[in-house]
Amino acid sequence: MVILKRPLRLIIATFLACLPLISFANQEVDAAHGNEAAAHEVVAEGHHEGAHAEPTDVRSKIKAFINHHVLDSHDFSLTQDDETGESWGFPLPVILWDNGLQVFSSAKFHHGKEVAESNGNYYAINHHDGKIYKTDASGTITENEETGHPENFRPIDFSITKTVVSIIAAALLMFFLFTSLAKSYAKNGGIAKGAGRIFEPIVIYIRDEIAIPNIGVKHYKRYMSYLLTIFFFVLFLNIFGLTPLGINATGNFTVTFSLALLTFLITNLTANKNYWGHIFWMPGVPKPMRIILAPIELLGVFIKPFSLMIRLYANIFAGHIVLMSILGLMFIFKSWIGSSLSFGLAFVLSILEILVAFLQAYIFTMLSALYFGAAVEEHHHEEGHH
Amino acid sequence: MEKLINQFEFGLFFWQVLIFVGLILLLKKFAWKPILDAVNEREEGIKNALESAENARKEMQDLQADNQRILNEARAERDTMLKEAREMKEKMVADAKTEAQAQGAKMIEQAKAAIESEKNAAMAELKLQVSSLSLNIAEKLLKEELSNTEAQTKLVEKMLGDVKLN
Repeated sequence: MVILKRPLRLIIATFLACLPLISFANQEVDAAHGNEAAAHEVVAEGHHEGAHAEPTDVRSKIKAFINHHVLDSHDFSLTQDDETGESWGFPLPVILWDNGLQVFSSAKFHHGKEVAESNGNYYAINHHDGKIYKTDASGTITENEETGHPENFRPIDFSITKTVVSIIAAALLMFFLFTSLAKSYAKNGGIAKGAGRIFEPIVIYIRDEIAIPNIGVKHYKRYMSYLLTIFFFVLFLNIFGLTPLGINATGNFTVTFSLALLTFLITNLTANKNYWGHIFWMPGVPKPMRIILAPIELLGVFIKPFSLMIRLYANIFAGHIVLMSILGLMFIFKSWIGSSLSFGLAFVLSILEILVAFLQAYIFTMLSALYFGAAVEEHHHEEGHH
Repeated sequence: MEKLINQFEFGLFFWQVLIFVGLILLLKKFAWKPILDAVNEREEGIKNALESAENARKEMQDLQADNQRILNEARAERDTMLKEAREMKEKMVADAKTEAQAQGAKMIEQAKAAIESEKNAAMAELKLQVSSLSLNIAEKLLKEELSNTEAQTKLVEKMLGDVKLN
């Protein structure tokens, strides 16, 4: 088994490393479609005094719904009725920095259908990117002819959006779960009790299989808090994304960017002399090669967290799009064979997505640990470096 | 890529970093440290318990070995003691036997000497007795014979006859 473990992990790692490439390609195609569709709509509808015209056929409706889903949203809508245009959910606070703080409820937007007014300023939500723009009283958004991006002024948006809500929810859940687990040890004589108990083996696994082998016994303790937090944070948000709540936090570029940024900062701020030595003046290679290697290695410093960011984002983003497309197929087929087939497919894919949720959390943690390990590696192998 | 950059939202980034870093710090203090400490402590405890069990087992083994050794020693000692006793007994018996033999021989010798001297004494006595008895008898006989003349003549004749024969 011992012999088997390494190659198996390597295969999984390689497989996962390749995954984002595939998913990313899909996403690009999708994105292109999305843009195309959006462009079509703009052409077809023109400017309808800011109000977005609903797409009429099922296909474009599904497409619009998916595109809407993967973006962040200013209100938490659980479901909506197309006939009446009613939505069920709850509005979230909008916080804008536009010559002073502008705070109002997103209910004012009426799901993007109306222009919100705050202290004499008018704001509207653009349908294509779901962002808030400053407009005039009628909510006109002028778009650039070439790029299709709105030219209106964008206030800095500190709104508690759907993604922020899900992040807070995950954070609260983690906090209560793990503090209760921590308390249960003292109460129960060193043995975990309660719901958090399920996660104790995972905590031990992260320590024994991720942190210690990659970072080393000497330094791993410094990074344990970050590794554990990031693993459960990514895992919980991935799992949240699979619930019917329609959250897409880890499939959000900004979220994965900030997570990768933290890994990047921690790696480089805790790195020792040896690490920088390997980047700028690679030991064990001829001098001219060192000069060539330095920029490549330096680029690697940035590529590593960048790959982390793209991998998580693309996997979850693509998973959501594929899953929702297949769910959407049910309504396109509208026959008992096609619809049940796509239901079955969606079911299988959901299970796969659960696996992906765990794997991506694992990979993110694993690679972060690997980078930390490289940053604090002791100077003990002069020769035989790659 | 452009779409990605467009998706970047500063506000969300701000909240995400704030919440996440806050979460790391809070969990570090209230969850990870106690959890890891407790787990470590428990593992240490298990390790120690296993070690002490192993030690106890070893001690037990040592003790058993000791016992065995002591037992063996005792047995050997008993054996030697028995052997010695047996030898001593045999020696004693042999000694007693030779002494008894010597004593017996000596006693027999003495008895023999005593018997010899008694016999000699008895013989001397007997000789004395016999001589006096025969003298008495001879006296009596002579008295008897000489009282009768006929018989005396006969005797003389007979004696003379004997002399003749000589």
